[in-house]
Amino acid sequence: MSGSGRLRESIRNGLWRQNPGLAQILGLCPILAISTNMVNAVSLGLATVMVMALSNLAISGLRRWIAYEIRIPVFILIIAALVTVLDLAFNAYFHSLYLVLGIFIPLITTNCIVLARAEAYAARNGVLASTVDGIAMGFGLVWVLALLGALRELIGNGTLFSGIEMIFPNLTSISVFGDDYPGFLLVSLPPGAFFILAFLIAGFNAVNARRAARDKPAPASTPAA
Amino acid sequence: MTSPDPARTESSSSSCPTLLAGLSPALRSALVSAFGLFAFTLAFTSLMAFTHGVTRDRIRTAAEQKQMLLIDETLPGLHYDNALLADVIEVEGSGRSRVGKVWRARNGNAPVALVFETYAPDGYGGRIDLVASLDNEGRIGSVRVAAHQETPGLGDYIDPAKDRNKEKPWISQFSKADAASTRWEVKKDGGSFDYLTGATVSARAVTRAVGRAAAWVNKHREALFAAPTGARFNAEQKE
Repeated sequence: MSGSGRLRESIRNGLWRQNPGLAQILGLCPILAISTNMVNAVSLGLATVMVMALSNLAISGLRRWIAYEIRIPVFILIIAALVTVLDLAFNAYFHSLYLVLGIFIPLITTNCIVLARAEAYAARNGVLASTVDGIAMGFGLVWVLALLGALRELIGNGTLFSGIEMIFPNLTSISVFGDDYPGFLLVSLPPGAFFILAFLIAGFNAVNARRAARDKPAPASTPAA
Repeated sequence: MTSPDPARTESSSSSCPTLLAGLSPALRSALVSAFGLFAFTLAFTSLMAFTHGVTRDRIRTAAEQKQMLLIDETLPGLHYDNALLADVIEVEGSGRSRVGKVWRARNGNAPVALVFETYAPDGYGGRIDLVASLDNEGRIGSVRVAAHQETPGLGDYIDPAKDRNKEKPWISQFSKADAASTRWEVKKDGGSFDYLTGATVSARAVTRAVGRAAAWVNKHREALFAAPTGARFNAEQKE
């Protein structure tokens, strides 16, 4: 079995084909809550990458000892415990970053994608493959969140990177449309997240449909990246 | 929202201790599950407890440093020379004013300002912790949000660090407001304070909480300065 081929497959699945935000549509609650601006969205995304890598690592490592009947409560227990540990560690050792990310970290427990990958992948695959899967799925979420956050911030507020000074004190946000941009409140409110996400999913499906049409002769293989 | 398992094969519990061999299969499976869940709970609770123990002191130190910074920010342009963090009293029985700790800023022995903790119980995301100061004329020095869970990008403008308006953040409206004569409401409710459309709840909660606490502190100012350091201050006994 080509191990690196499977890892590449995992990465491609996470970033595009089974993208958690666009294809699996999992983890909607944090996606909608956090994507009001780009910095928040990417921050939550990166924290999710960490949790997914750790939870997939732990669950694939322990899968032999997790009885089938109780696997879901055990997965939830492991994920919640890891999130708590990460939350405490950030608070203690990266306090200034914690002040930015702090409110998002506990939210990750509620992200269904973490549990979904535990159940669908980590419970059935080895440690390395599962960790790569967690990271790939996490980064798949990061780029969707970044795009969603950027679009909502741009349309809703006319800015980009607001809040960046909390992470990099010498950077400031950009006011793209000037200071008299009236804003578009609907996009900043939760319904706006649904609208923008719907457009992103439509675009994703359109790209996939075009690719599928082009690659019809060889349906099994995906185009080389 | 977890995906139901597609192919629920009857599991064969991987290890079947001989100890349980005489029991019925259902009971055996229940016991194995219960023990498994117990073991995992124990292991991961220990992991959390261990992390909590290791990080507790560092978290406390970091929180104290942040508090001192916050207290200092509420006293713009006021000079004081006492050890402010130590000159503290704990207020009890302020009722709906919800005043917590009060720090007394003094210069020489003369009172300069009172820094008080309070909170708004009715923010959009729950409780909003606030720190504010009140000078000798009964006017607010400045207000700061110590902790909140308002919606990021929407209601979190009450925290000047998150406010998009950097020159004149929303919270700076309170500076120099007179505790007694100000209408402590947002404009929508007939008061004197601006708010951002779409996130009135956060602004309203903060405005009312600051008003209530400032009025109470203003009323008890002399008694608060006179109370011995470290004491618990009970307003009901004084009245």
